[in-house]
Amino acid sequence: MTTERLFSLRNRWFVLSVGSTISVAVVAALIGFVWLPSVQTDAQFTGIWNAICSAAGVPQKWLSSTPVTSRVKTSDVVLTPSTLVNGDALSIGRGATLALRCTMCHGPQGLSQANSPNLAGQYAAVIYKQLRDFQSGARTNPVMAPMVTALSDQDMRDLAAYYAYLPRVTGYHPASRPVPDIVAVGSPMRNIAPCASCHGAADRTIGAPWLEGEPAIYIRAQLQAFASGDRHNDTSEQMRNVVRQMTPAEIDAAAQYYASQRP
Amino acid sequence: MLNNRRLVLAHFWFAFATFGVALLLGAWQMYVRSPLHAWLRQPELYYRSVTAHGSVMGYVFPTLIAMGFGYAITELSLGQALRGRRWAWAGWWLIVVGSLMAMVTVALGKASVLYTFYPPMIGSPFYYLGVVLVVVGSWIWVALMSINLRVWKRANPGKPVPLPMFANVAGSYLWGWTAVGAALEILFQILPVALGLKSTIDSGLARVFFSWTLHAIVYFWLMPAYIAYYTLVPRAVGGRLYSDGMARISFILFLVVAMPIGIHHLFADPQVGSGFKFLQSVFTALVSVPTLLTVFTICASVEIAGRLRGGRGAFGWLRVLPWHEPMMLAVAFSFVMLGFGGAGGLINMSYQLDSTIHNTQWITGHFHLIFGGAIVIMYFAIAYELWPQLTGRALTSVRLMKWQLWLWFVGMIVTTFPWHYAGILGMPRRMAYFDFSNPALAPEAITVTMSAVGGLILVLSAVLFFMVLVRGHRGAAVTPAQFEFATAVHPPATLPVALNSFGLWIALMVGLTVVNYGYPIAQLLVLKETSVPAVWMGGQR
Repeated sequence: MTTERLFSLRNRWFVLSVGSTISVAVVAALIGFVWLPSVQTDAQFTGIWNAICSAAGVPQKWLSSTPVTSRVKTSDVVLTPSTLVNGDALSIGRGATLALRCTMCHGPQGLSQANSPNLAGQYAAVIYKQLRDFQSGARTNPVMAPMVTALSDQDMRDLAAYYAYLPRVTGYHPASRPVPDIVAVGSPMRNIAPCASCHGAADRTIGAPWLEGEPAIYIRAQLQAFASGDRHNDTSEQMRNVVRQMTPAEIDAAAQYYASQRP
Repeated sequence: MLNNRRLVLAHFWFAFATFGVALLLGAWQMYVRSPLHAWLRQPELYYRSVTAHGSVMGYVFPTLIAMGFGYAITELSLGQALRGRRWAWAGWWLIVVGSLMAMVTVALGKASVLYTFYPPMIGSPFYYLGVVLVVVGSWIWVALMSINLRVWKRANPGKPVPLPMFANVAGSYLWGWTAVGAALEILFQILPVALGLKSTIDSGLARVFFSWTLHAIVYFWLMPAYIAYYTLVPRAVGGRLYSDGMARISFILFLVVAMPIGIHHLFADPQVGSGFKFLQSVFTALVSVPTLLTVFTICASVEIAGRLRGGRGAFGWLRVLPWHEPMMLAVAFSFVMLGFGGAGGLINMSYQLDSTIHNTQWITGHFHLIFGGAIVIMYFAIAYELWPQLTGRALTSVRLMKWQLWLWFVGMIVTTFPWHYAGILGMPRRMAYFDFSNPALAPEAITVTMSAVGGLILVLSAVLFFMVLVRGHRGAAVTPAQFEFATAVHPPATLPVALNSFGLWIALMVGLTVVNYGYPIAQLLVLKETSVPAVWMGGQR
C-alpha cells in the first residue's frame, strides 16, 4: 500500500501540474485582459481596470449620444404559441356579435366578396395582432381605422376567437398550378426566404397568416405596401426586408399562387 | 475473459445500426445540396435530416461505442467480471428509448433545430427529453466505470491500474463532467420553453452552456480511438508501446484541458468578453500537446515493430511494417486524417484566424475529417479487433476489411478536402441549397459535387463494413485466443499516485472550469434583459 500523499506541496506531480496550470492561466489572463485591451485607444479601455472590465465583457455604455427614436409607429404586440389558442364558447359568441359590423367587407361567413381578406379559419393570433396594430396606428387603413377605435382588448380577442372558429371554406379553385420558386425556395442570393418557411407548407412563424385562397389583389397590394414602407407593422421588418428584394413578377407569382390554392 | 458479450454486442450493434442510417442521411444531404440535384422544394426536409444525422452521430453512435468498448475493457484488462451488469443494461435501454424518441420527433418535423439545439429555436420537448435519456444512460456507464475501477483497486492495492482501464476511466470522467453543460442548458433553458412554461430564452447563456459540452464532447468521441492507438495498435502490428507513462500523461492532459476551452466555438458571439475568448484560445492550444505526445509515442511504438521485423535506416522500418494488417492500415489512415484535421483545428482555435472561416463549410469539413475520419476509422478497427471475442467466430474477410478501410479513407478525404476549400471561398454552413448559377458562387459548385462523390464512397465503405460484421456472425465457431492489450517496453511495476489515480486531475478540471467559465456564466445569469423571444419549430401548419 502506497503512503505517498498526492495533495501535498512535497509531491512534485502536484506542485508541477497545479503550478503550471496556474502559470498558464495567469499569463494568458494577463495578455488577454490587460495587454491586448490596452492596445485599444477607445475611452472605455483607458486604465487597467477599464481594460479588465472590457475584456471580461462587463456591459459598458459606448454610445454617448441619445438614440433617435423613429417616427414610424411599429407593432408592439407580443405573441407566443399559447396566445389565443383555445377560444372558449363565450368568447366566440361575443365575437360573432361583434363581427356583424365586419360583414360589409369580410362577408357574413368571413368570406370576402370585396377583395378584402377572408378571415374564416384564420389563426386567432394573426387577427388579434392586426386589430391591435390598426388600433395603435402601426398599421394604417382608412376603412379599418374607424372600425377599431372603440374596441376593447377583450373585443379584439373575441373577434379573433370567432373568426378562428369559423371553418375554412374551400370554395372553387381552378386547376392546381406549380409552386413558384419564390414560394418554395425563395432566393438565397437576394436574402429572400421562401414564403413557405413562415406561411405554412414548410414551417410557420407565430403571427404569420396562412394565405391560401386569399384574394390575389389583396396579397399583391399588401406586398407592394410592405415594399414601399406604407405598411410597417411586420415584426422586425421581416416582410419589408423580404419584399423590397422581390421583383414585380415574383410578387405577382406569389399572389396568384396563393389565391389559387385551397385553404 | 469476456463475460458480458451480449451487452457489448448490443452496444456495438445499436451504435452501428444508427450510424448506418445517419450515414445515408449525410450522403443524401451532400447530394441534394450539390449541383447534381435541383433545389430541394421542401428545404425543411434538409434540416430534419441534418438534425437526425447530427444527433445520431454526435450523441448516440460514439457514446455507445465508448460504453461498449469501456465494458469490454473493464473485463479484459482488469480480469474481473463487470459489476453492475443490470445497471449497464438499464443504461443501454435508456439510450435506445431516448434515441428512438428523439429520432421519431425529428422525423415528424417537430424538432428541426440541429443537434446543437440553436436556441432561440425551440423544438418539441420529446426531442430534448430523448437526448436527456441518452445522456442519463451514459452517466450510468460513467458511474459503473468508476465503481469497477474502485473494486479492482481495493483488491489490488498499490498496483498500477492497467493502461486501458486508466484511459477508459479518464474518458468516462471527461464525459461525465462535460455533459453537465448541455444538461444544464436543456433542463434550465430549453425545456421550460419547449414545455410552454416560458416564451423567452437567454440564448447567449444557453450557447455558453452548450460550448461547455461542445468541445470536450469531441475528445470523448476521440477516447476510444486513442485507447486503441495505445493499447491495441502496438500489439496488433507486432511491436510494443513505447512509453506507458507518456500514455497516462496524455490521457490526464485530455481530462484536464479538453473541457474548459469550448468558448472558442463562440468567438463570433457577442455575449462573452474577449478576454475569456483569448484565455480559452490559449488552453485550446494546450490540447494539441497530448495529441502531439500521442503521435510521437505511437510512431515510436510502430517503429519498434518495424525494427523488430528487420527494418533498417531512417525510413526502412516503414516499408517492412505489416501493411496487410487492417489495424496497421487503420492507424496509418487515422494519423493522416488526424494530421490534416488537427492542422485545420489550429486555425479554428486561433482567435484571429478563426474569423476567416467561422461558420463556413471549413468547419463542417474539419469536424468530419477529425471525427468521421480519424476517429470513426478506429471505431471500425476496434470492432474488427473485438468481433472474434464477442461472437466466438473468426473474422476471415481480411480483403474486404482492407477495401473497407481504404474506401473510408479515400471517401473521407474526397469529402472533406473540397469542403475545407469551399469554406475558404466563404461558403456558409447549414444551407439546403446554393445558387450556383450566381457568378460569385459558381466556383464553389465543383467542390460540392466532389464532396457528394466522397459521400457516396463512404456509403460503399459502410456497406462493406456491415458485410464484414455480418459474415463474422456466420463464420465458423472458434475459440478466440486470449485477448491481450499491448505491453509497454517497460511495463510499470509501480507508479506515482498521480499517474494511478484521478483525484488531482478531476480537481484541476473542475478548477479550470470555474476559472474559465465562472465569470461568463455568472454574468449572464445576473444581467437583466438578455432573453429573446423563442422561435418554435414545426408549429401549426
